[in-house]
Amino acid sequence: MRIWDWLLELDRRWVFLGIALTVAIPIITVYTLPLGKPAPPTEMVYDYIENLEPGSVVLVSFDYGPSSMPELHPQAMAVVRHCLLNDLRVISIALNPQGTALGQEVMNTVAEDLGAEEGVQWVHLGYRPGFGQVILRMGESIPQLYTTTPDGRLTAELPVMEGVQNYDDIALVVDFAASAVPGTWLAFAHERYGQQLAIGITAVMATDFYPYLQSDQLVGLINGLKGAAEYEDLLGLEGEKAQGKLGMAAQSFAHLLIIVLVVLGNIAYFASGRHRRRRR
Amino acid sequence: MPDAAPQIFGLSTEVIGVWIATFLTLAIFSFLYRDNPVYKLAEHIFVGVSAGYGVVIVYHEAVIPLLINPLFRPELADLESPNYIVIIPGLLGLMMFSRFFPRYDWLSRWPIAFVMGLSSGLAIPATVQTNLLPQLYATLNPILPLGDIDPWTATSNFLLVVGVICTLAYFYFSREHAGALGVASRIGIFFLMVAFGASFGNTVMARVSLLIGRFQFLYYDWWQGQVMRLFGG
Repeated sequence: MRIWDWLLELDRRWVFLGIALTVAIPIITVYTLPLGKPAPPTEMVYDYIENLEPGSVVLVSFDYGPSSMPELHPQAMAVVRHCLLNDLRVISIALNPQGTALGQEVMNTVAEDLGAEEGVQWVHLGYRPGFGQVILRMGESIPQLYTTTPDGRLTAELPVMEGVQNYDDIALVVDFAASAVPGTWLAFAHERYGQQLAIGITAVMATDFYPYLQSDQLVGLINGLKGAAEYEDLLGLEGEKAQGKLGMAAQSFAHLLIIVLVVLGNIAYFASGRHRRRRR
Repeated sequence: MPDAAPQIFGLSTEVIGVWIATFLTLAIFSFLYRDNPVYKLAEHIFVGVSAGYGVVIVYHEAVIPLLINPLFRPELADLESPNYIVIIPGLLGLMMFSRFFPRYDWLSRWPIAFVMGLSSGLAIPATVQTNLLPQLYATLNPILPLGDIDPWTATSNFLLVVGVICTLAYFYFSREHAGALGVASRIGIFFLMVAFGASFGNTVMARVSLLIGRFQFLYYDWWQGQVMRLFGG
């Protein structure tokens, strides 16, 4: 059997093994690669938050589940850290039932690391069902929608909620999502109430949302694990606080292997003469 | 906060959680070799736990604060007296459960009709305001490098306008794709291919990221955090 036929009939489990090794080795050896210049959409989110006045309110929405954690958790950690470092107030919510525990974990982890006081600098208001209606209702009254925190405290009495009634009092909404929720934020919060919106999304969704950057409907976009790593780099984070950066060497090597496999597969396809057989 | 985690048989629930998650991760990975009962077990556990977790969260963070507290414990909902209006959405919600009783399942059409009507009413104008008009405005850009428009921006705008027109031409099916329309639709295919390529590249990046997340968990949380500690590493 010629090498090209052998390559085309290679058991795909060898490809799985190759990808597994390509990903595992950089993680085990803690090998890192330089990131280069951050993508403009990531930098736009960073710059917008950097330019907010201390005490401004940022609403963070955790709209993802564990299946998207590797991409969105590092993004959320970095953005919440940036907000708390800049003395911004952070109000977090979840429009996905699985997002509420993940959001609580992000808020607890970052706040504990920075010593940010719960109820004063940040609060996690938890989950409410029906994301479209929740987003619309917040345009009227956030304290009436989230009357209490998940542990039963009245939100109106929390210092972090002082002066916060609706979107007029929110400087920026950052939505971390692995679903169509950012489209609803755009329609109901941005278009109807003029709310400034940034999104952190999985790479699969990125091409769907780039047009909204070009039309200035978004202030910025963080794209997948790469976006998380870029944001961590902008913040100057290193080590275990930069989970996104830790994964980027594995990501780059896996991409290289996939490119090599795609090129080899195409060469093998044409060199073996299969394209002629298929045409007949 | 490992110290705060509750214990079962002298073992921290965090430690137990890491071992269970490791078993389930490896069980799902085993499908890459071939389908097997351990994979199916993990798959069923995932579906069941996701559904169960969703029910618990909805009950505690939606049903209690939005229905039970306003009706029976108004002081916890920052109300002076019970808010009886919430009975209406509560009843509509209960009517959804009539699906379980074939004789009365017609009742579930009412809340479904309410949700459908509300969603359509909200979505139709919102789609026009969000997707159609702003995106249309965003394509009305200067394509000549005149005034303060630099050549790079003008070229970029030109490509955008050509891409939009040619892609729309590809989706115009009321005339044969011949002549100028044929050329435009062929150029449109080129732009579509570029878009699909970008989508595919991002999809690969997303899937590899998920694998990286699992491998990081297996190496840092399980291997270094549990196994090495167990053997005194």
